Amino acid sequence: MTLASANPSSSRSEGRLLSLILGLAILVTLAPVARLFFEGVTAGGSLNLTFFSEVLSKPATHSALRHSLVTAGLGTVISVLIGSVFAFLVALTDLRRKAALVFCLMIPMMIPPQITALSWTQMMGPSSVLLKTLGLAPPLGAPQPLYSPGGIILLLGIQHTSIIFLTLRAGLRAIPQEVVEAARISGARGFRIWWQVVLPLTLPSLLAGVAITFVTALGNFGIPAMLGIPAGYATLPTLIYQRLAGMGTTVLAEVAVLAILIGIVAITGILIQRFFQRRQRVHLVGSTGRPLAIPLGRARLPVEITLWLVIAGILVLPMMGLLATSLVPAYGVPLRLDTVSLDGWYEALFRQPSTRRAFVNSFGLSIGAAVVLMALCLPLAWLMDRHQTRLSRAFDSLLDLPYALPGVVLAIAMILLLINLPFTDLSLYGTIWIIFLAYLARFFAVMFRPVQSSLRQLDPAMNEAAQSVGAPLWRRLRDIVLPLSAPAAAAGAILVFLTAFNELTVSALLWSSGTETLGVVIFNLDDSGETVMASAVAMTIVFVVMILMAVIQLTSRRLPKGVVPWQS
Amino acid sequence: MAELTLTNIGKHFGGAPALQSVTTRVNDREFLALLGPSGCGKSTLLRLLAGFEQPSAGSIRIGNREVANADTRLIVPPEERNIGYVFQSYALWPHMTVRRNVGYPLEIRKLSKSDRETRIDAALEATALGPYGDRMPSDLSGGQRQRVALARCLVSDPTAVLLDEPLANLDVALRASMQGVFCDFHQRTGATMVYVTHDQAEAMAMADRIAVMNEGRIMQLDTPEALYARPRSRFVAEFIGDGAVVPLTGTSHSDSACEATLLGTRLRVETDTPTPEMACLRPENLTIAETGDIRARVERVTYLGGRYRLDLVAASGEPLVTQSNTRYAPGEHIGLALTAPWAFAAA
Ligand SMILES: Nc1ncnc2c1ncn2[C@@H]1O[C@H](COP(=O)(O)OP(=O)(O)O)[C@@H](O)[C@H]1O
Ligand SMILES: [Mg+2]
Repeated sequence: MTLASANPSSSRSEGRLLSLILGLAILVTLAPVARLFFEGVTAGGSLNLTFFSEVLSKPATHSALRHSLVTAGLGTVISVLIGSVFAFLVALTDLRRKAALVFCLMIPMMIPPQITALSWTQMMGPSSVLLKTLGLAPPLGAPQPLYSPGGIILLLGIQHTSIIFLTLRAGLRAIPQEVVEAARISGARGFRIWWQVVLPLTLPSLLAGVAITFVTALGNFGIPAMLGIPAGYATLPTLIYQRLAGMGTTVLAEVAVLAILIGIVAITGILIQRFFQRRQRVHLVGSTGRPLAIPLGRARLPVEITLWLVIAGILVLPMMGLLATSLVPAYGVPLRLDTVSLDGWYEALFRQPSTRRAFVNSFGLSIGAAVVLMALCLPLAWLMDRHQTRLSRAFDSLLDLPYALPGVVLAIAMILLLINLPFTDLSLYGTIWIIFLAYLARFFAVMFRPVQSSLRQLDPAMNEAAQSVGAPLWRRLRDIVLPLSAPAAAAGAILVFLTAFNELTVSALLWSSGTETLGVVIFNLDDSGETVMASAVAMTIVFVVMILMAVIQLTSRRLPKGVVPWQS
Repeated sequence: MAELTLTNIGKHFGGAPALQSVTTRVNDREFLALLGPSGCGKSTLLRLLAGFEQPSAGSIRIGNREVANADTRLIVPPEERNIGYVFQSYALWPHMTVRRNVGYPLEIRKLSKSDRETRIDAALEATALGPYGDRMPSDLSGGQRQRVALARCLVSDPTAVLLDEPLANLDVALRASMQGVFCDFHQRTGATMVYVTHDQAEAMAMADRIAVMNEGRIMQLDTPEALYARPRSRFVAEFIGDGAVVPLTGTSHSDSACEATLLGTRLRVETDTPTPEMACLRPENLTIAETGDIRARVERVTYLGGRYRLDLVAASGEPLVTQSNTRYAPGEHIGLALTAPWAFAAA
């Protein structure tokens, strides 16, 4: 292969290693997507676009597309409203307890969407244990207010608030104080500074956050599945799921078409996000000053109280609802001292073999995915930065696809790819390996991007110094590149672990008896009416996630800077 | 130890050339400085020698081993060249202690532990870093960091040491003392050294020879004295030292001397070309004397400490520079006596 300019000195061994790892990475991430695309345009074996347009013209497709756009769009609006207020206040003012606020805002992202949905329905419906206990429950037979487009929009909005918060906060912190001071010296004051200086500078990061939030909301399966299916309101991911669950694998081609449709919307979103991210880099290049810190003065305490009330509303209350449900002997019984029962917990955690299996499976899958992805992404990100070949650039722009596509879509792609292994009679379908490979594809970008950006900040002289004293490729990777990018890799690994541990959408279509994941178990328990047990398992997962996050947070002072993904 | 030979080296990054037909030789045990304005290709030349970049044309030899050849696409990677490199940013590995940083080249060469320790100790001693062995690079000052970088490249006995503006990030006082460290290092090891700088005082103070570069070419390679006294181009004459370059006409050669007209008077000039077109007037070529050869007006006076630098405009219009021990007021007219300046062919 020809190694185009960036680093012509590089020895041939680097080029060979790059080809090897890049090939592997493409196989893992892009092969399923390509296979899916192929299926969609060649229904029945030959190139056949009439089928494609036939599916697209069905009324069900239209309404699902419309529902998807409406719920994802309005959900994003809610995320922006909450997330940007928090981001502005946390990043730019002298609020106290910022670390705790950030930590609490991260939790919704780490809690699986179906658990969010479950907890909110437990809080609000006519049989809500919490409301019954308080004597506030609507009469039986009254509709569950969340089983509606509005409910889906609200929960999507809350679920993805953290994405807006994190991207916008990073953008805001990059604004040097001098920029605002220069505006004040020039005579600008008050609102004018916000409107003419701060806002234009943060707009690119806000828009990038909006695009990625929209794409994530579009692919969300847990919330529209738990809230929309009972209300007969289908979005594209739930439509795909229902088609597949209803008629088996004969409708694969139709489903592939739907998947391509949603993929196109998702790719548009990514491209928009890319565009704005690039503009942002141009904007703030070279700014190294202190970040802004605006004193709130007397307003500080009321603002703090309001923020914590919001957190209570979107985080604590639903969790209380979930906890209350998990503690009653049967669904619908109000929670009182004499009705408290741990039966649900006991039954779910110790009697049901599937729960125990699911814990083992989810732990193994997410740790395995984190480790394998770290081993793959570290050398790949480094080599891709040094040797920019046409292939590596193309891969760089496509590798987000498996993460941006809805999990259901990726699952179908995996099934298509692995149901018959080429050249053999073997099938991975129904084994745990298909889930594992799907996780590798899905979470590749989660691992790769942080490692890539940290390696880009690395002084190239670090590596050249080692080269000049005679260190061969593998020694440089081991002694220089690995330790210097370890914090970013650890941050990536933590994110991969936490998201994979909770994941439902991919495994919902890929599991079979014996290979359940935790997400699947909760979904199945809830689906079969075992709401109390579902709540108990969900609560357990919330506890495990929060304990893991807390441990990471508490040890953060002893960890190298950058390991904790939500502290930057 | 070895000499470095560059033959017809060219290098371009996509568009404009960074280096053009550079042919030169760095002698064994020599201290060569690469001097030139920012962006003239000094770093590029050094990185070609180290092997971080591949030449677009020409070939490079270290000793009698060819390490790069654009025609045969031969490229020996940096890790196999046994060359020391000192970076402007120091490039210390932040996750290793000073000892480990210094000892890393020996780890690569698989020396035994005791061998390693003795050589690390010797290198730390030579750079006066003895007490800092167990510190992390982040806990050192700028000068100490640069000494660690030097110790790291000295520990493995490289055939040549390449230094890219190693003192650019240090303050003036520290720079002077580090110059001493580099010179001592060169004298003790006798290593062939190529030292990149944009500071001519630094180059003059340390180097055996200086290569003055401009726009990707070596304009002149000479001893510091020769560069100052006998520049061969307008660029070098103006870049090195203080002074003015003026055109001359009507050259006439007698047996050993040469005369020409400049600034409107007839004058003896030093030269080694038959047809010089420019003369370089250093401040010491101009003496203030009321009965002098030419007259000039004082434009600006700068106090240098103990003496003054005068920017002048000659009656014939050319700007000139001289020095004096007394202050003159801008606008005053003075007479100047000229001693034979160096004349060269314009280029
Ligand atoms: N990696 C590179 N890519 C593109 N252009 C480069 C690169 N390195 C150097 N150049 C260009 O080559 C010229 C010489 O650069 P350099 O050798 O760094 O100059 P200097 O004499 O200041 O060290 C400059 O015009 C610079 O922009
Ligand atoms: Mg340079």
